[in-house]
Amino acid sequence: MLAYIIRRMFQAVAICLVISAMSFFMLFLNTDPALMLLPPEAEVADIAAFKKQMGLDRPVLIQYKDFLGRVVFHGDFGQSFVYKVPAVQLIMERFPATLRLALAAIVFINLVAIPVGVISAVKRGSFVDNIFTFFALMGQAMPLYWLGIMLIIIFGVWLRWLPISGSDSFAHLILPAITLGSWILPVNMRLVRSGMLDVLNKDYIRTARAKGLPEWLVLGKHAFKNAILPLVTVIGMQLGLLLGGAVVTETVFAWPGMGQLVLDSIHMGDYPVVQAVVVVFAVCVVVGNLVADILAALIDPRIRLN
Amino acid sequence: MMNQKTTEQTLLSIKNLSTYFHTPEGVIRAVEGVNFDILKGACLGVLGESGCGKSVTALSIMQLIPSPPGEISSGSIQFAGKDLLRFSSRQMRSIRGKEISMIFQEPMTSLNPVYTVGNQIGETYRIHEGLDARQAKEKSIEMLSLVGIPSPQKRVDEYPHQLSGGMRQRVMIAMAIGCQPKLLIADEPTTALDVTIQAQILDLMAGLQEEMGMSIMMITHDLGVIAEISDKVVVMYAGQVVEQSSIDELFKHPLHPYSRGLLNSIPKLGDKFVRGKQPLREISGQVPDLINLPSGCLFASRCPKVEKKCLENVPQLIEIAPGHDVRCWLAG
Repeated sequence: MLAYIIRRMFQAVAICLVISAMSFFMLFLNTDPALMLLPPEAEVADIAAFKKQMGLDRPVLIQYKDFLGRVVFHGDFGQSFVYKVPAVQLIMERFPATLRLALAAIVFINLVAIPVGVISAVKRGSFVDNIFTFFALMGQAMPLYWLGIMLIIIFGVWLRWLPISGSDSFAHLILPAITLGSWILPVNMRLVRSGMLDVLNKDYIRTARAKGLPEWLVLGKHAFKNAILPLVTVIGMQLGLLLGGAVVTETVFAWPGMGQLVLDSIHMGDYPVVQAVVVVFAVCVVVGNLVADILAALIDPRIRLN
Repeated sequence: MMNQKTTEQTLLSIKNLSTYFHTPEGVIRAVEGVNFDILKGACLGVLGESGCGKSVTALSIMQLIPSPPGEISSGSIQFAGKDLLRFSSRQMRSIRGKEISMIFQEPMTSLNPVYTVGNQIGETYRIHEGLDARQAKEKSIEMLSLVGIPSPQKRVDEYPHQLSGGMRQRVMIAMAIGCQPKLLIADEPTTALDVTIQAQILDLMAGLQEEMGMSIMMITHDLGVIAEISDKVVVMYAGQVVEQSSIDELFKHPLHPYSRGLLNSIPKLGDKFVRGKQPLREISGQVPDLINLPSGCLFASRCPKVEKKCLENVPQLIEIAPGHDVRCWLAG
C-alpha cells in the first residue's frame, strides 16, 4: 500500500510539472503581454524597453526555468500586471473561499447522490426510481444561474430561511453549494445507481444471500463497497470541474471567491495571475485525484496489489 | 411400515415444484412439476444440460429465485418435515447457510473481491452462531485447514484474487459447511476447474460428507462427476424429471432415450476414428423453447424412437422397476 502511495505521489508531482510548463508556454504563445499592457500608440523602442524591464526579451526556456524556480522555491508567480501586487497574494485572498465552496458542493452532491442512487437501484423501475430520475434530469438541465436565482427567491426572499449573499457562516454556504452541486449531482446519482445495479447481478451477491445474510448486510456491505468504486474515482476529477465552474455561482451569490479574478485576468492578459490560477487549480485536481486513488485502493485490494 | 421408515430418513422432499419466469416474451416454464427426495446422509445427483432447470430447482429450494421475474408457482419443498415455501423471509434466512448451504459453479466470481476470505467465511458464524470477530476468524482458520488449504493462518487474511481457482472453490466449501448444514447443494462445483483439481474437490466433498453426515445435492452435466459421488440420480430435461434411479441402474439400464443419449455421448477409450463415421456422438436437435412448449413428450422432437402417441400425449413419470422412474411412453 505504501509503495502504491509513493508511486502515485511521484506521478502527481510529474503531472504538476507538465501542467506548469503547458500553462507557461501556452500563454506565452498566445499573447504578448507587452502589447496588451502598453497603450496602442506605444513606440517600438518603448515596447522593447518594457520587455527588457519585465525580462520578456530573454529566451522562452530561460524564462520558464526562472518561472519554475520562483514558483517552486518561493511560491512566487510574479507581480500582477494589472493590480501591481504579487499574483499569489491576489489568489490566496480569494482561493480559500472558492475551495470551501467546491468542497461543500462535493459533500452535498454525495450526501444526496449516494443514498438516492442506492435506493433507485434497489427499487429499479419503481415510482420512486422514476421520480429520482426525473429530478436528476431536471437538475442537469437547469442553468446554474437560473437555479441560483430561484433558490434565492424561494429560500432567501419568500421563506427567509437562508442568507442570500456573503460568506460569513455555514448557513451562507448552503445555497451556493446546492447551486454549484446540482449540476454534477445527477451524474453521481446515475453512477451510483448503475454501479449498484451492476453489482447486484454479481455472483457474490447471490453467495451472500445464500449464506443467509440479512438484506441490509447484502446491500450495505457486499454490494455497496463494490458499487461505490466508480464514484470514488471520479470525485477527484470533479473537484477540478467544481473549482472551474464556481464562477457563475460565485457571481450569483456574491461569493468572495476567485471566479471573477480568473475571468478578468484572462481578458486582460494578466498572465502571472492566470498562470498562478492554472497551477493552483491543477494542484487541487492532482491532490483530489491522489486522494481518490488512495481511497479506491483502500476499497479494492486488487488496485493496490497490482 | 417401510413407508414410514423412508419418511423418517428423508431430509428433503420436493413435490410437484414448478418455477416460472414471467418475461415480456411470455412465461418461461423453467421447472415444471418436479418431484424428488433426498435421503439423510445421501448424495443425489441432478443431471442435465444447460437450461434444463437443475439450477433453478436448487435456487427454488434456497428461495433465491430473483423475483420478479421469477416465481415458485406451485408445489411444496419439505425440509426436515417443514414446508420451506411457507417460511417467512426471516425464517428462510435462518435456514440458508446454516441448515442448507450452497456452492456455485464459478469460484472466481462467487467470492466478493473486496473482502478477505476470512471475513467472508467468518460472516456465516457471526450471523448464525453469534460469534465475535476474533472467534469467527479462529473458526475460519479451522475451516480453511479442514478443506485442505495450506498455511490457513496466512490465507485467512488474503483476498480471493490471490488464490487459485481450486483454492477459491475450497474457500466456498469452507464457507458453506461452516455451520454443519444438513444439506449441501453444489451447483456444478467442479465445472470451472481443471480435471485434476476437479477430482480433489470431489474427494474433499465426499470426505466431508462422510465426516459430517450431511446430504448433498450435486448438480452437474458431467456424468463422471455423478458416477464419482452420487448414490441416486435425477435426470432433468426441459424443466422436468425424465428419469430417476440409483446410479448403478442408470449406467446399466438407462430407460429414457435422453439418458441413453447422454450415456452414448461419452467418448470411450479405445474408440477408433473411422472416416465417414462420426467419432463423437451427440443428441441431435435442440431443447424445446420453454415459452412455447410442444404438446406431448418434450423430448419427442429429438427422440430417435418417437411414435405418434409421443407427440400427442404427455407421458407421466412412472415407476418401471423398484426405485426406477421414467417419463417415457416406450419404457417398460
